[in-house]
Amino acid sequence: MTRFQSASQTAGPYVHIGCTPSFAGLENMYGGHDLGADIFSPDTPGTWVTVSGRIFDGEGMPVTDAMLEFWQADSFGHYAPQGGSEGWGRRAVDAQAASYSVNTILPAAVGDEAPHINVWVVARGVNLGLHTRIYFDCADNEQDPVLAAIDDPARRSSLIATRDGDTYNFDIHLQGDKETVFLNV
Amino acid sequence: MSLQPQALTPDYRSSRLRSPSHKLLSLAPGAGELTGPTFGHDLIGPNDNNLIINYAAPGQAAIGEQIMVHGHLLDGNARPVSNALLEFWQANAGGRYRHKKDGYLSPLDPNFGGCGRTITDADGYYSFRTVRPGPYPWPNGGNDWRPAHIHFSCFGVGWAQRLITQMYFEGDPHIPLCPIVQTIADPQAIDSLTARLDMAHTEPMNFRAFRFDVILRGKVSTLFENKLEGN
Ligand SMILES: [Fe+3]
Repeated sequence: MTRFQSASQTAGPYVHIGCTPSFAGLENMYGGHDLGADIFSPDTPGTWVTVSGRIFDGEGMPVTDAMLEFWQADSFGHYAPQGGSEGWGRRAVDAQAASYSVNTILPAAVGDEAPHINVWVVARGVNLGLHTRIYFDCADNEQDPVLAAIDDPARRSSLIATRDGDTYNFDIHLQGDKETVFLNV
Repeated sequence: MSLQPQALTPDYRSSRLRSPSHKLLSLAPGAGELTGPTFGHDLIGPNDNNLIINYAAPGQAAIGEQIMVHGHLLDGNARPVSNALLEFWQANAGGRYRHKKDGYLSPLDPNFGGCGRTITDADGYYSFRTVRPGPYPWPNGGNDWRPAHIHFSCFGVGWAQRLITQMYFEGDPHIPLCPIVQTIADPQAIDSLTARLDMAHTEPMNFRAFRFDVILRGKVSTLFENKLEGN
């Protein structure tokens, strides 16, 4: 049965036209509202934080055409308990610095998995969307099965966002010495 | 032969510095992989799936050969994936994207934005109207032209099924020449990204139809046996 799945192709440099048309310059498409602008509605209970960072290639150059998507549990450890798209968000990175920033609530642990945000990365040059996770340095990450499966401590730290006030920093490195751990989910 | 492209495909130059060199870390799918966002049909405006008019001035239409693209969204067990969001984007009939970064000299069409979206029905069926996109040149080191194509973004039932791909047109001589298409090693996998002319749904004196099915990974309960093969 695995024979029959459509092959992935790169999102290319113009992914924004389809996924974040306002960002691409199509101001009034879909009422001017890019899907995934808010991960949670503003009245969602929990600890609100900012997660931000940048994305780099194997030579440390910013990947200025990337798009990131986020999928996370709420502060009770549930994924979209009401259905719908609460807990999901999307960002085009900045076209000069390749930076992104999202406001969200800290997810709770789910089962034996430490609190984390699932991230999906597409860009020109990325043939198959890349899955990774943002963990938080304030949380108890000791028992997490994914982190525990990474032997090299430096690589493990590539999945852990570092806190600076109300902001957590999480950079993504597609390749090289600081390469982020990517997941076959 | 792998159905999915490798990360590093040197003939597609952009992959050289953007491909992870470590093997992907395999994990058993948990709650986060088996669930995913869903979008209601009320999200979709009446013209969202008609690229011919959804960016056009009133009474105007995009220039180009008018087509319908339609098909089913299925999982790897050939079951329909219903109520799933599909997003499309493409160049205009002259091969030009409406994007700040596209500097190709072919002109913009003032009545063509190049994006659309829809949500599959109970049978996993979708359709949209558009103009056939033109091929375009791109910088890859040689005289490289993309075959005419439409980009597809597809949500499934679970986050692990998230897919972005491209649809090509039957008979396009650029398909075997394109380094992006050829990131896929398996000729049958390339063939399954190629839409077929569908005369049964072509409307006389109006538009031609092309049929294109998208097949996501196995239904969620079997994802674990149905790992991505691209790493
Ligand atoms: Fe394209």
